Amino acid sequence: MSTQTRSMLLNVGPSHPAMHGVIRLIMELDGEKIKGVDVEIGYLHRAFEKMCETVMYTQCFPYTDRLNYVSPLINNVGFALTVEKLLGIDIPERAKYIRVIMSEISRVSDHLTCIGATAMELGAMSVFLYMIKAREYLYELVEEITGARLTISYVRIGGVKADLTAGFTDKCFQKIADVRKVLIEADELLTRNRIFFDRMKDTGIISKEDAIAHGITGPFLRGSGVAYDVRKANPYLIYDRLDFEVPVGTKGDNLDRYFVRMAEMEQSLRMIEQCFQQIPDGAIAGELTGCLIPAAQMVDRAKMGQTDGLIEDEVDLDPTLQGSTKKYSKSINTDRRDVALPPKEETYSNIEGLMNHFKLVMYGHGIRPVVGEAYFPVEGANGELGFYIVSDGRDQPWRVRVHPPCFPIMAALPKCLVGSMMADLVPTFGSVNMIAGELDR
Amino acid sequence: MTPLQRVQEQFSKEVIETHTFRGDETLMIHPSALKVIAKFLKETAELDFNFLMDLTAVDYLFFAGGRIQKEFRFEVVYHFYSLKHNHRLRIKVPVDEKSPEVDTLTDLWASADWYEREVWDMFGIRFKGHPNLKRILMYEQFQGHALRKDYPFNKRQPLIGPKY
Repeated sequence: MSTQTRSMLLNVGPSHPAMHGVIRLIMELDGEKIKGVDVEIGYLHRAFEKMCETVMYTQCFPYTDRLNYVSPLINNVGFALTVEKLLGIDIPERAKYIRVIMSEISRVSDHLTCIGATAMELGAMSVFLYMIKAREYLYELVEEITGARLTISYVRIGGVKADLTAGFTDKCFQKIADVRKVLIEADELLTRNRIFFDRMKDTGIISKEDAIAHGITGPFLRGSGVAYDVRKANPYLIYDRLDFEVPVGTKGDNLDRYFVRMAEMEQSLRMIEQCFQQIPDGAIAGELTGCLIPAAQMVDRAKMGQTDGLIEDEVDLDPTLQGSTKKYSKSINTDRRDVALPPKEETYSNIEGLMNHFKLVMYGHGIRPVVGEAYFPVEGANGELGFYIVSDGRDQPWRVRVHPPCFPIMAALPKCLVGSMMADLVPTFGSVNMIAGELDR
Repeated sequence: MTPLQRVQEQFSKEVIETHTFRGDETLMIHPSALKVIAKFLKETAELDFNFLMDLTAVDYLFFAGGRIQKEFRFEVVYHFYSLKHNHRLRIKVPVDEKSPEVDTLTDLWASADWYEREVWDMFGIRFKGHPNLKRILMYEQFQGHALRKDYPFNKRQPLIGPKY
């Protein structure tokens, strides 16, 4: 009698508990060894790039929220910076600092999710809960400023939607201290944990050369020992004024990537603290001499022509429009009137402001960059997030292309997995931090 | 000397046009020279473009409402980055509508593999010599190429929703 041996095909996904997103891996196994991996993506394709071609520039922001839905603020910032590059405009200092603060908060929440989920899949459920608790602290901060937790649509072309709230600085420092406590806790629970350590060490290795050839960026590349960070290499906003380090690994295994992410969170928290020391004051209070009147009343007075002294008054707005009054608008939005909406007082009280508003929100008018193209990279939580926008001089982008950071990492996944054991899939896939939203767009 | 000037000096005949818009250096080259120039970019020490950061395409059909007429319908766009010198370069290759095909760069940069599959999937541009040129985001039975400008954005196909 003879025994036949042949390899087994195992299908993982598209819906699988150890897959934090819809993706399908078809694995060829020899016993428990992985002989080959075929990665199939596209299950969450929602035609992001096509839809952006059908709307105005400002209307793309809600779509960008849904790319990397764990750190949507960075997508917002990336898109806004690309359009601003296309327009050739600069934004006020305070808006730059706000963008950086919000980006770094998002980055920490992204890394927390990544490490928490990886730890959970390796059996450390409590670490996951602690980390999600810390992420909740950060989401509370995001919610306070943007009014939403996930689909925030906070950044505007030429600035941001709303200013920081009163007392935000103290609240932020309090939350940072809380997050630090959780990080110490998680570090104690994971770094010297035999099970976690052994399963992360020497698994999912990718060499420096392979990582570069595959175009990998972000923590995945830094884990392999290449200190490439867009914030250092091509500093945007005010990153050149901040003091921070770029942590790198040596071997490029899962453990290195875990250490890189842990160290990066601390760096991000440091950056937020520095931003609060440097940020210029907002809210220009001295210039306003009038009284606070409700929006409807201001509109009525303007309609009836009772405009005497109306320009001096301040409008009392619904909280969802907070930040669009004269008091705040100037310090967080560009003064280019063909890009940013005028303060609400002007829209409500005079015809020029109203026309300006309509010229920016009507189809066929709006923000119209000159014919041209621009590529702008920012450091997303997973690596270089680049937007490439082609303008044809109209109010809708001709082409919006996203360079999603986890796309090249997923392409290199077979490289990390072939030759290792089946069980190594779980930590490796965890450290990729695949976000189906930006992978499939 | 910027990367753009260096390439222009070396391949003056192959370069169709160049421009620098908002600091992005861009070269438009003949499709036949793509492989040679790509190799030059990667292997010349003072350029050393070790990253193929992004690869995509643009469909210029009826560009700017028809006001701007391009000679060729498509352009394949490459974004290169050099880790050592920290510089970037954009290369564009015009592609004809009738025979949309360009050379693959998979043998120079492994990252080209999936990007080229995506361009094939979305624009129907073939890459000569690609080892596994099949759809990546859409499914095999999908008809047409979704990011082409003549593909309506609200078109439905049987596998992804009701037909109307």
